[in-house]
Amino acid sequence: MESAVRLTKLAKCAGCGAKMGAGTLSRMLSGFETLTDPNLLVGFERSDDASVYHLDDERALVQTVDFFPPVVDDPFVFGQIAAANAFSDVYAMGGEPRLAMNLMCVPEDMPEHTVREILKGGYHKALEAGVIITGGHTIHGPEPLYGLSVTGFVHPKKFLKNCGAKPGDVLILTKKLGGGILLTGAKGDMVEKETLLALERQMCTLNKKSAQAMTPFSVHACTDVTGFSLMGHALEMAQGSDCSMVLQTTEIPRFQEAIELAEMGFVPAGAYRNRAFAGPYVQAEGVSRAVQDICYDPQTSGGLLIAVPEGEAEALMATLKASAPAAAIIGAVVTRKEKSIYLV
Amino acid sequence: MTVLDARGLSCPEPVILLRQAMKKKDDCYEIRVDNETSRENVTRYAEHQGYHVSVSEEAGDYVLLAQRP
Repeated sequence: MESAVRLTKLAKCAGCGAKMGAGTLSRMLSGFETLTDPNLLVGFERSDDASVYHLDDERALVQTVDFFPPVVDDPFVFGQIAAANAFSDVYAMGGEPRLAMNLMCVPEDMPEHTVREILKGGYHKALEAGVIITGGHTIHGPEPLYGLSVTGFVHPKKFLKNCGAKPGDVLILTKKLGGGILLTGAKGDMVEKETLLALERQMCTLNKKSAQAMTPFSVHACTDVTGFSLMGHALEMAQGSDCSMVLQTTEIPRFQEAIELAEMGFVPAGAYRNRAFAGPYVQAEGVSRAVQDICYDPQTSGGLLIAVPEGEAEALMATLKASAPAAAIIGAVVTRKEKSIYLV
Repeated sequence: MTVLDARGLSCPEPVILLRQAMKKKDDCYEIRVDNETSRENVTRYAEHQGYHVSVSEEAGDYVLLAQRP
């Protein structure tokens, strides 16, 4: 349903593009004293998607939180995207989200109907994900924000980390890149309606089925590609795994329209932040600037980046195709070289 | 020459401003921006439209001169 308010006009940045840069964030958080606990299986130090806390032999708690300003004008769609994005961190750990709480900020003069539509989007996705929203917190502020804090469960010995990739693995990406560039172009009315609808559908798609598809395979590492872009998240995986990656840019799934928009300068600020952070670890000689932009483009509710042994890749791809039609093998993990990522 | 002040605007507003102004196909545009993202994006747009762009810094701002070759 269309809203009288054009939500994206109220947002300075689009979606995960609003995320603070990885380098700045790590400075802001360095040096604080924290407790150590043997039950904390994954904490902040590994820059992983969510924290994992051991409960018993069968269960570990997975916790994550995500929120951002509107990426689309339709409040119901925005709510769905924010929820799909928040749950995604749990799926990226191989877990199942179970409980969630709304985090919301709305301008005081925003029509009640619009606020309700955003929340309706969140509840709609939660139902599909099998998540119960148990409450939340809403405040007034100049820029609308919506997201959720999410609690899920995972087996304490079977969760997926963003490190652990091994030479010989291939890398699979399950959704198209270029979403951040399209959303920036959309602010200038530069994007065809059909393309925007396809992007909206992709952002609304839960990573649930893709995560379930991974279960029978010996996945070595997994993360979801969001605000830090393919390069930022792949860099975390490469460094955490003490490996390098060779990515075939022609194989990377993308919205083709984003290429020309990047050439025209519709590149979100987050893409420049991501390039400044990850660029020194990436070799991209001979790859066009616009294709590189796609690789640094911040994604909202992006796909999973999966490292799996080459021998299992085709079977995993066949399973993924039903839920993630854009899924593609985009490269391979190799022994550590001078750079962490080689774009060819 | 068309002079545009895009300071205080965030992406993609400076590009949209230039795009509007370039509809009249002037031979030379001077665009003032106050952040690196706008500097890069405005440069790209002007180059994409066939202009040659030179950048100078002035009092913390970037002044972009886009000229037809």
